[in-house]
Amino acid sequence: MLSQKLIDKYQPVIGLEVHVQLLTASKIFAGDDNLYGSAPNRNVSVITLGHPGTLPRMNKKVIRHAIKMGLACGSTISKYQVFDRKNYFYPDLPKGYQTTQDSTPVCIGGVVPVKTLSGFRKEIILNRIHMEEDAGKSIHLVGEKDTLVDFNRAGVPLIEIVTEPMIHTAEEAAAFLQEIRKLVRYLEISDGNMEEGSMRCDANVSVMLKGAKELGKKAEVKNMNSIRNVSHAINHEIERQITEIEKGNEIISETRTFDVASGTTSGMRTKEELNDYRYFPEPDLSPMEVTDQLLSEIKAEMPALPKELVQLFVESYGLPEYDAYVLTDTKELAVYFQKLGEVTGDFKTSSNWMMGPVKSYLNDSGIEIDSFPLSPDQMGLLIKAVQSKVVSQSVATQKILPVMIEKPDSDPMQIAKEMNLIQDSDSNSLQPIIDEVLSANQAKVAEYKKGRKGLLGMFVGEVMKKSKGKADPKLTNKLLKESLSV
Amino acid sequence: MKLNQETLQKIAHLARLEFDPKSGDQMLKDMEEILTWVEKLDELDTENVAPLTHVSSEINVYRPDEVANKATHESALFNAPKKDEDYFRVPKVLD
Repeated sequence: MLSQKLIDKYQPVIGLEVHVQLLTASKIFAGDDNLYGSAPNRNVSVITLGHPGTLPRMNKKVIRHAIKMGLACGSTISKYQVFDRKNYFYPDLPKGYQTTQDSTPVCIGGVVPVKTLSGFRKEIILNRIHMEEDAGKSIHLVGEKDTLVDFNRAGVPLIEIVTEPMIHTAEEAAAFLQEIRKLVRYLEISDGNMEEGSMRCDANVSVMLKGAKELGKKAEVKNMNSIRNVSHAINHEIERQITEIEKGNEIISETRTFDVASGTTSGMRTKEELNDYRYFPEPDLSPMEVTDQLLSEIKAEMPALPKELVQLFVESYGLPEYDAYVLTDTKELAVYFQKLGEVTGDFKTSSNWMMGPVKSYLNDSGIEIDSFPLSPDQMGLLIKAVQSKVVSQSVATQKILPVMIEKPDSDPMQIAKEMNLIQDSDSNSLQPIIDEVLSANQAKVAEYKKGRKGLLGMFVGEVMKKSKGKADPKLTNKLLKESLSV
Repeated sequence: MKLNQETLQKIAHLARLEFDPKSGDQMLKDMEEILTWVEKLDELDTENVAPLTHVSSEINVYRPDEVANKATHESALFNAPKKDEDYFRVPKVLD
């Protein structure tokens, strides 16, 4: 472990390249399925396999998905685009080149505002987003003399999101990835699943002395299949580079791979040291022109984005910012909450229910909102029962909600009746209980009258106990104060 | 245009082609001749001319996002020099 003092001497500089597999039925340039988890080499076609004489043809949905991402990030959408060939040899790349965009990326620039776990806010500037095809998968088994190749993934549509080198900590990188994952899920252009490889991240990491003008040599770290691993890999790489520099060694520009088990990175033994991709325009795919009409069509399809919802929730519904962030964490959660607010007509109260009982049920059962047994309409019935003072808040959350979750079709009013939980808002039936409580606690009553007003809560609690939770707390408070002032 | 043996080796490597070292000098001479011939194009002033990336004037040729024209697993593997029931097999590439 390096001392904090040593680490503080250096400024890490990180740029991220995020590959996102797009949700489509077919591949980017051919009609074979874009499907994860099939048996090897089942989702293939002559185009994907690079057979001579075949011609690729662009999938219309891919450019629409890519433009959506650009619009969500405030990028400039390129009006005129071509694909380029990136030439290199690798067995999982059958054509000997990857079809990608080099000179005319679909989106230029853009910004992704992030908030780190410790609350630091930053706007991460994008360099570009471009479209390309995924490669196949090479499998190197221990003790196997061949490399096995599966082309199911070859030709799966990707966007690559490239940031400017302006990220300085692993925490910022993690916040950026979380934001990207949230965005692609809101836009429904990808499932953003890092474990299954539908979102992948390479990190370009370098360090320089603070105040230095020139960036240090960078290492590109690959092979991280979760946001947590990206953080670990970046932190390890920063420490490794500082250690090397402090020893007087030079950092080599190289590709390094992250090993989850040891939490360290190591240089990849590549046979191919020469990176000369010789990009040139792909003559087999026609240029693409993004018309104003196409742009307005896509804009019309855009859902509300998380940052827009946060603003709406804070400014129009009066929610605290923290609650607004929690409720927009997934699109499903935000949609559920908005429906609930519409049903109850009270967004603030609905938010309290979401942040309290609903969230804790989801956390305890380890499920997401889409598996929550109650629809917003049913939840709304329960909240309305509290709003109309039929049952108290505590009875609703502690007694009725668990029953409803067990029997999602049940009516909260019916449950309240059956369980004898209807709130007592009748002063005629409450007064005798209050009188009983006060006469049983005469010493405390005397103290109260001498000025220990804090005892009121104790009296309320006693009344609630005697009424088995059915007493209306507000009315109880009022009646108690009246009785005690006599 | 003048080339050296090093460039020739690099180009051969990038193309994954091998040649008989004895023919190196002749090959270098041939390549230089070809490049000199192509250099003729440099005489034109293309300063304000956008590069021609496509010969056809077609734009926006898209296909709908539908599954079609798949190859069967058997036909995909049929011509592979080495294979098993699931995979293409290639000489080991170390990562």
